[in-house]
Amino acid sequence: MKLLFEKSLPGSCGRYLPDSDVPEYALPEDALRKTPPALPELSETELSRHYSALSRRTYGVNCGFYPLGSCTMKYNPRINEELAALPGFTEVHPLQPEHTVSGCRAVLDLAEDALCRVTGMDAMSFQPAAGAHGEFTGLLLIRAYHRARGDFKRMKILVPDSAHGTNPASAAMAGFDVVNLPSREDGLVDLDALRRAAGEDTAGLMLTNPNTLGLFDTGIREIADIVHEAGGLLYYDGANLNAVLGVARPGDMGFDVVHLNLHKTFSTPHGGGGPGSGPVGCKEALRPYLPASRLAGAVSPESIGQVRAFHGNFLVVVRALAYLLSLGSDGLLEASETAVLNANYLLHRLSPKYKAAYSGRCMHEFVLTLEDLKSETGVSALDLAKALADRGIHPPTMYFPLIVHEALMLEPTETETKETLDEAADLFLELYKAAHDRPELLKNAPLNTPVRRPDEVAAARNPVLRYTPGEAAQE
Amino acid sequence: MHFPENLQYSESHEWVSFSEDKTALVGLTDYAQHELGDLVFVTLPEEGDGVTAGDPFGEVESVKAVSEVLSPVTGVVLEINVALQDSPASINESPYEAWFVRVGEITGKVRLMNASEYEAFVEGK
Repeated sequence: MKLLFEKSLPGSCGRYLPDSDVPEYALPEDALRKTPPALPELSETELSRHYSALSRRTYGVNCGFYPLGSCTMKYNPRINEELAALPGFTEVHPLQPEHTVSGCRAVLDLAEDALCRVTGMDAMSFQPAAGAHGEFTGLLLIRAYHRARGDFKRMKILVPDSAHGTNPASAAMAGFDVVNLPSREDGLVDLDALRRAAGEDTAGLMLTNPNTLGLFDTGIREIADIVHEAGGLLYYDGANLNAVLGVARPGDMGFDVVHLNLHKTFSTPHGGGGPGSGPVGCKEALRPYLPASRLAGAVSPESIGQVRAFHGNFLVVVRALAYLLSLGSDGLLEASETAVLNANYLLHRLSPKYKAAYSGRCMHEFVLTLEDLKSETGVSALDLAKALADRGIHPPTMYFPLIVHEALMLEPTETETKETLDEAADLFLELYKAAHDRPELLKNAPLNTPVRRPDEVAAARNPVLRYTPGEAAQE
Repeated sequence: MHFPENLQYSESHEWVSFSEDKTALVGLTDYAQHELGDLVFVTLPEEGDGVTAGDPFGEVESVKAVSEVLSPVTGVVLEINVALQDSPASINESPYEAWFVRVGEITGKVRLMNASEYEAFVEGK
């Protein structure tokens, strides 16, 4: 497929701007560029066709089953888009007088109230633009809390080895040292290891609950007590909140700070369709340190400052609020119950052949280990994922969490029908058989996707991140 | 999978080769490179750095993930294999030639296994 630059026809254009009716202002000579920028020149028709063609080569939740574990690829209801497109929300400027944007303010207040009730937190900031940004912001709150108490020695953040990779990365970015906590055989936090690790240098613990193995850590109250007694705080990674809406609240489990992924749990566009939104909520004791964008009242002098301009990705919050209000508290509970039911149903359908990394029931997602399949047939988790893509299913998350070998992590979400789950399960079982009978079929997959197997080594070592005029694009 | 007789092996899948001059070469085992998949980046310590048995001294990044490489011995890094940084794939191709560091002034080590013990250890995983 040709790039926009390669389709460029000099002289074409898709602008409909009238002639300027204001006096031209000449910029100083030394501020002017000497050569025009290398921009593609296309008519609006050509441009529109280009992006339509690209959209046909992508795979989204509107195309089919998308069980990408830990990403909660649920359907994004159209009513969210309808409301986010209202001119009262789109034709505004963040600096216009407050009394002219009271509707926008009401959206932020309503969303804060609803999400605080869902999470058991006391306050929330919508500035962070995505999950990892929320983690970083939450950790800055924890740092500010300890420092305000004159407690400068708390430089360690404890992170279980099942955590999302963003947890240790965010902790390191926020200036902490990361202490890796090995999980127990059953995949939960090892309380003895936690007791040994927690101490007067502990700033906090980051935990996802249910964790990335799809297991709810039933020791959470004890975990919270150990960390709190050591003087640390508890950080809740909201990536898996979709399992417990209306059932259990991070605030009641003992967490002090949470981030949410509106683009996962609250049905706003995700991935390339973003932008995301990673609001951070906290208990009362941390409220003074929240980012300084809140419209309400004066900015706290103890605030960590701004982490993004104004109110973050505001229109994403509008979409999430639309979702919250359409479902209501009963609907949120039903969403979580159905998400857990769907995951358990799919796990049950696959379990005659596929081996779960941890036995028993799961929450909203589960992890398979294809170690045995690989040693029997040579077919790896990667090969199976490629074969699934070939057959029109988005592959599950691969090779994560790191503590499971040949891992495939499936999260069907609540918005899939039993028929879709059955079709997917049938395909998984068919491919399991094919792996034994004709493994080369899986090893050569995919054949039908727009891109076959990319060269991952070359992509990691020599990434081409920008178009350079004159250099031929590689197909 | 191949585990040469003349090497010793750690539980964290490093091999170590002690030479007569009381230095040791350290690398990743065939099992480790197989589990990690195609390696794309290697981070090595600097010459003169101290290393501690059981503690990380470097990192390898595969197309799947980043992993730490633990030192099987306590000592001082005398030499690093700079060539690895340009060709991490050589660890996949010939893990026992692709040494990471040469360590001297050795004062301690983790529990090490011989080839047959390590093979049994890996099979038990």
